[in-house]
Amino acid sequence: MVGRALARRLLVPLLALLAALPAFASREFIDDAGRKVQLPDRIDRVYAAGPPASVLVFALAPEKLIGWTRHFRDDESEWVPRKYADLPELGRLTGRGSTANVEVLLQAKPDLIVDIGATSATFASLADRTQAQTGIPYVLLDGRLDTTARQIERLAAVLGTPERGKELSAYAAEVIDGLRAKIARIAPDQRPQVYYARGPQGLVTGLEGSINVEMIELLGARNVAGGERGGLTNVGLEQVVLWDPQVIVTNDPNFYRDVWKLPVWNSVGAVRKKRVYLSPHLPFGWFDFPPGANRLIGLAWLADILYPDTFHHDLAREVKRFYTLFYHQEPADAQVERLLAEPGVAPR
Amino acid sequence: MMLPRSRFPLALAGVVAALAILVAWSFTVGRFAVAPSDVVRALWASLFGGESGLARNVEAVVLQVRAPRVAAALAVGAALAAAGAAYQNLFRNPLVSPDILGVAAGCALGAGIAVLASLPIAAIQAFAFVGGLIAVGLVVAIGTWIGGRDPILTLVLTGVVVGSAFGAGIALVKYVADPYNQLPAITFWLLGSFTGALPRDLPATLIPIALSVAVLWLLRWRIDVLALSEDEARSLGVDVRRLRLVVIVAATLATASAVSLAGTIGWVGLLVPHAARLVTGAAFARVLPLSLAIGAAFMLAVDTACRTLFATELPPGVVTAFIGTPAFVVLLAAAFRRSA
Repeated sequence: MVGRALARRLLVPLLALLAALPAFASREFIDDAGRKVQLPDRIDRVYAAGPPASVLVFALAPEKLIGWTRHFRDDESEWVPRKYADLPELGRLTGRGSTANVEVLLQAKPDLIVDIGATSATFASLADRTQAQTGIPYVLLDGRLDTTARQIERLAAVLGTPERGKELSAYAAEVIDGLRAKIARIAPDQRPQVYYARGPQGLVTGLEGSINVEMIELLGARNVAGGERGGLTNVGLEQVVLWDPQVIVTNDPNFYRDVWKLPVWNSVGAVRKKRVYLSPHLPFGWFDFPPGANRLIGLAWLADILYPDTFHHDLAREVKRFYTLFYHQEPADAQVERLLAEPGVAPR
Repeated sequence: MMLPRSRFPLALAGVVAALAILVAWSFTVGRFAVAPSDVVRALWASLFGGESGLARNVEAVVLQVRAPRVAAALAVGAALAAAGAAYQNLFRNPLVSPDILGVAAGCALGAGIAVLASLPIAAIQAFAFVGGLIAVGLVVAIGTWIGGRDPILTLVLTGVVVGSAFGAGIALVKYVADPYNQLPAITFWLLGSFTGALPRDLPATLIPIALSVAVLWLLRWRIDVLALSEDEARSLGVDVRRLRLVVIVAATLATASAVSLAGTIGWVGLLVPHAARLVTGAAFARVLPLSLAIGAAFMLAVDTACRTLFATELPPGVVTAFIGTPAFVVLLAAAFRRSA
C-alpha cells in the first residue's frame, strides 16, 4: 500500500510534467538574434521596448499593449482610440539610453518584452541581460523595412494572433511587392536623385544602408549621400549644391519653412522645381521615425512623389485603409484632408 | 626663439600675409569645382555691383556657401583666441581656455532646450547665446556673493561647479529627447560645425565678436596689470574688480557668439595664445593682435580641411583636438625647456 501511494505521489507530477513538455516545446521561439526564448502559453500583457515595437504590437494586439514608450501628444492621440492613447508612459529600454524603470516595468507584470530594430550583439546581449534580470521572456525582431511582412507574421505568432498577423502581413506584402514590381520596370535614368534633409538646417543625412533612408532605397531611387555606407552624418551646403538632388524629403517643419527663404537652397534643382516634401508625422511618422511599420503608408506617398508618371495613389483612401487596419480607428474625412493639406505633403 | 620687441611687427605682418593667402586658397577649394577666376568674378560683382555672368549655382557656392563660411571661421577663430588670451592673463594661468567660466556648457544647454522645443535654427542660436551669458552671469554673481580673499580662485571654482550643473542639464535634455529625431540633432549641434553658416547668421555673430575684440584692444595695456597682485595693481591706479568684470563680459560675449554659431570647438582658445606668446613674449598688447591673426588662420585652415576632404563633413572640434594635442605638447616643451 505504502509503495503504491509513493508511486502515485511520484507518478502524478511526473505525468503532469510529461504532459506539459510538448506545450513548452511548442512555445520555444527562436528570435531574429538567434536567441532561444521560452514563451508562456498565453501572452496577455506585452511591453514594447521601443517605438517600432510599440507600433507593431499596437497594430496586432492593442489590448495586449500595456503602455507606450512616451505619452501621446494631443495632436497624436486623436488618431487612435481614446483608451489606447491613454495607456501609461513606461519609457524605452535601450541599454544606456533607457528611460524605463525596471521596477515600474515589473510592477506592470508583462508576460513578454518585445523589441524590434537592430539585432546586433549589443542588442542581443541587452535582451539576454534584461531577461535574466526580470525573468520575463524578451523577443528581439529584425526591424528592416523590407522584412516588415515577416516581422508582422513572426510577432503575430508570438502574440498568438495569427489571423490579425495574416491580415496585416498581407497588406505589408501587397504594398511592398506591388510598388517594387512596378518600380522594377522604371529605367534607371528615370529614378530621381533624392536627398534626405534632417535637422533644423537640413544638413544631417543618412548614408547608404542607414535605417533612416530605407524607404528611398526600397523604392529604387538614388540617395545622393549613398556613396558611402554608414548611419547619420553631417554634410556641407556646398556638397548638397554639388549633388543637386531632384527631390528633397524632410521631417523638419523648420527646415521646410527655411528652405524656400534661403537663397543658397534656390540653386538646388529640387528647390527650384518645388520638389521639397515634408513628411506627415501623425500619429507616427511616414518617413524614418520611428523606423517601424508606420512607414508602410509613407511608401505609397513617397512613390507618388518620386515617380509622378507611374504612381497616382488615392492617398486619402490609402490613409483611411492603413490607419483603420493598423491604428484601429477610421479617421474622419476632415482629419485626412487636414493631414494631406499640410504644406509640403501633397505629392504634386 | 623669442623675438626682440622691434621684430614683433614683422611677425604680425608674416601671420597676416599667411592669413590672406589662406583666405584666397580657401575660396578656391571645395567639393564643388569653381575656377579661381570665377571666384573673383562672383566676389567682384557682389562687392561692386553688376552681373557676374556665372551660373546661378556657381555664384551661390561662392557667395552663399563659401563666403559666409570663411567669414565665420575667421571670426570664430579670432574670437576664441582673443578670449583665451584675455582669460589666461586674467586668471594668471596658461592652462585656461575660454570656457573656464562655463560659457560652453551654458550655450549647449540653451541650444539643447531649443532643439527639444523644435524651434527654428535662428532661435536655437539665440537660446545658445543667452544660455552662455546666463551661465557666466551665474558664475560671476555667485563668485561675487562668496567673495573671499582670492576672487580668482573663487571664480574658477564657481565656474567648475556651475559648468557641471549645466552639464547635468544637458544630459537631462538628451535623456528626455526623442531618440530618433531630437537626440541626433542635439548631438550634431554639440559636435559643432560651420556647415550651417549662412549670410543671415553673420551679423549676430560678427557684431558681438567685433565689439568684444575692440574692448579688449582698448584695454590691452591695462590687462597686463591683471597679471600682478591686486595690491600692486591698485597702486598703479587700476580698479581691478571693474577691469576684471569688463574683461569677463567681453570674453564671454565673444565666446558665446562663436559657440552659438559653430558649436563647441576646443583647443583654439588654449593653444593659440601660447603660440603667440612664444613668438612675441607675454605683453598682452602684442599677444592680442597676434592671437587674433593666428586664431583666425588656424580655424580657417581647419574648417577648409573639414569641408573639402570628404563628401561628408568632419567636425572641426575633432580636428582641432587631433592637431591641438601634439601641438600643445611641442609648445609646452619649447616653453618649459626655454625657461628651465
